Amino acid sequence: MTSSFAENLDQIFVLLKHWIVALVPVPLQPLVGAVLSVAAIIVVFATLFAIAVLMERKGLGRMQNRYGPNRVGPLGILQPAADGIKALIKEDVVPYNADHVVHFLAPIVLVVVVFMGYAVLPIGRNMTFVPMDAGLLFYFAMGASAELSVFMAGWSSRNKYSMLGAMRAIAQMISYEIPLLMTSVIVVMMTGSLSLDKIAEVQNQYTWGLPHWFVFTPMGFAAFVMFAIAATAETNRSPFDLPEGESEIIAGYFTEYSGFKFAEFFLGEYVAMLSISGLGATLFLGGWSAPLEVLNVVPSWFWFVVKIMTAMCVFIWMRGTLPRLRQDQLMNFAWKFVLPMTLLDLMVAGLWRFMGEGILRWVVCSAILLAAYVIGGRAGMKREQFGPRSYRYAE
Amino acid sequence: MLGEGILKGLAETARNFAGSFVSKERLTTVQYPEERAPAIEASRVFPFLVYDGPEWEAGLRCVACQICEKECPPKCIYIEKSKDKKPDYVGKLQIYPARFDIDVSVCMSCQICVEVCPFEAIKMDTEFELATDDRFGGLLHDRKSLAKSNEYYHTIHPTEAAEVDARLAEEKAKVEEKARAAAAAAAAKAAEAPKSEAPKTGEGTEAQ
Repeated sequence: MTSSFAENLDQIFVLLKHWIVALVPVPLQPLVGAVLSVAAIIVVFATLFAIAVLMERKGLGRMQNRYGPNRVGPLGILQPAADGIKALIKEDVVPYNADHVVHFLAPIVLVVVVFMGYAVLPIGRNMTFVPMDAGLLFYFAMGASAELSVFMAGWSSRNKYSMLGAMRAIAQMISYEIPLLMTSVIVVMMTGSLSLDKIAEVQNQYTWGLPHWFVFTPMGFAAFVMFAIAATAETNRSPFDLPEGESEIIAGYFTEYSGFKFAEFFLGEYVAMLSISGLGATLFLGGWSAPLEVLNVVPSWFWFVVKIMTAMCVFIWMRGTLPRLRQDQLMNFAWKFVLPMTLLDLMVAGLWRFMGEGILRWVVCSAILLAAYVIGGRAGMKREQFGPRSYRYAE
Repeated sequence: MLGEGILKGLAETARNFAGSFVSKERLTTVQYPEERAPAIEASRVFPFLVYDGPEWEAGLRCVACQICEKECPPKCIYIEKSKDKKPDYVGKLQIYPARFDIDVSVCMSCQICVEVCPFEAIKMDTEFELATDDRFGGLLHDRKSLAKSNEYYHTIHPTEAAEVDARLAEEKAKVEEKARAAAAAAAAKAAEAPKSEAPKTGEGTEAQ
């Protein structure tokens, strides 16, 4: 009885959807089903966005020994609502010289493509909106479109700060897109499928009660670390928040946005973070599968949400800790460290495949990756020695 | 090794995060409307008029000399002189302000009025909650709302008020000394030549 109850709870949203869809005439059923799923995704992730923003503001406050927002509602939990209302009632200012159409479209494009990414994410068992065979490919296509929106915003604003921000964003996002894709390729090599459902399914196995998540393999772990770095850069989060860089270029590409359009960018950024956390969880942390076999009674969608919110906490923690990188440091890090490590990781993944079962492959693969990490880190951190500074004309 | 510094930094922020829930001393925020930071003696916001004694109108130190009105850079002070006179702290008859208005919205808290005042009559207040929903009347403070007792001055700026009091007492003593000397001289003169008139003495404090 308990197991059937757990199963029902696990599938509660699927059953609910089937029940609602069955109420309408047959020709309308596909449409109603799709609308229901879309509405559910938008509502759930917009709510998670609100929670994440509140968590961020309160968490960052605590890290800096402040209270954070604590005035609106009990303990400040209604702060996101207050922020939303404020954004809605603010005047929408569009620069006179801006390209009005593109300026108007940019935030919409961002929000749309960011939400499109959720179409292929398995939010729970049987809970993928579009179970696509090439889901990963679709996801990255949508992720890359977010860059388009950023550049649209920066270019159409006719503002040097927006332009600089957009340039930085493009340079950064394209540089980190490559490691992001490469790390996903490792998972694809291990599963042999581009379908995110398949990838989550493969990881939903247990040995001695422990899960078969890819993060628990040497190359999976290395790939996960690289993926996390690239994902942080991809979503313009601190320490990679150069495109916004409020100390240098005001707000970067969305300097000229106010009111609800600004809120849309804000929403887009956080929803993208949630979505890339979801992708990371699906690829490396077993998607919706429970961390221990005995915990499988807890619904799968719960585990997915727990994983992405944990990832959000790490994002916030990073933001509270690390200062912003310089542009050259950012590029050096991407091209001289993250990319070579990912390429090596690809080769290690191949080696893992051909070394067969046994403890040996664990030792060899771990050793190669660790050595590469140490040597690469040493080389990357080596300071160039300059002589004493000399002034040619000022003597 | 690469990443060591990051881990150290993460540990530090985690310590702060956890610590802020454990120890209240870590949190430097003062929850303003409910609790207040201790008043800072040197702070200044907006001028007020000092009065001595229990009666604000009688005790106002201001003699309506209008120096502050003239010196005020944003011209936020408006003074109207009285027609009659009243005795000041040494007992000398002085005119007093029939009207003394300061506009909060114009005042820039520069303290120049305080520095130019020869009578120690105008001082800076530490009261900062001057917001009002009445845009015109509420921001224009008349002499009644500006008048605050010397005791109040002592509570907000104790050191400065003590100095001022000492200076005033000294001046008063000097005046009294002079008056006494003059009186004695007059008495002596009167005793010597009862027909001659006593010379009039007085400080030239009647600035106009």
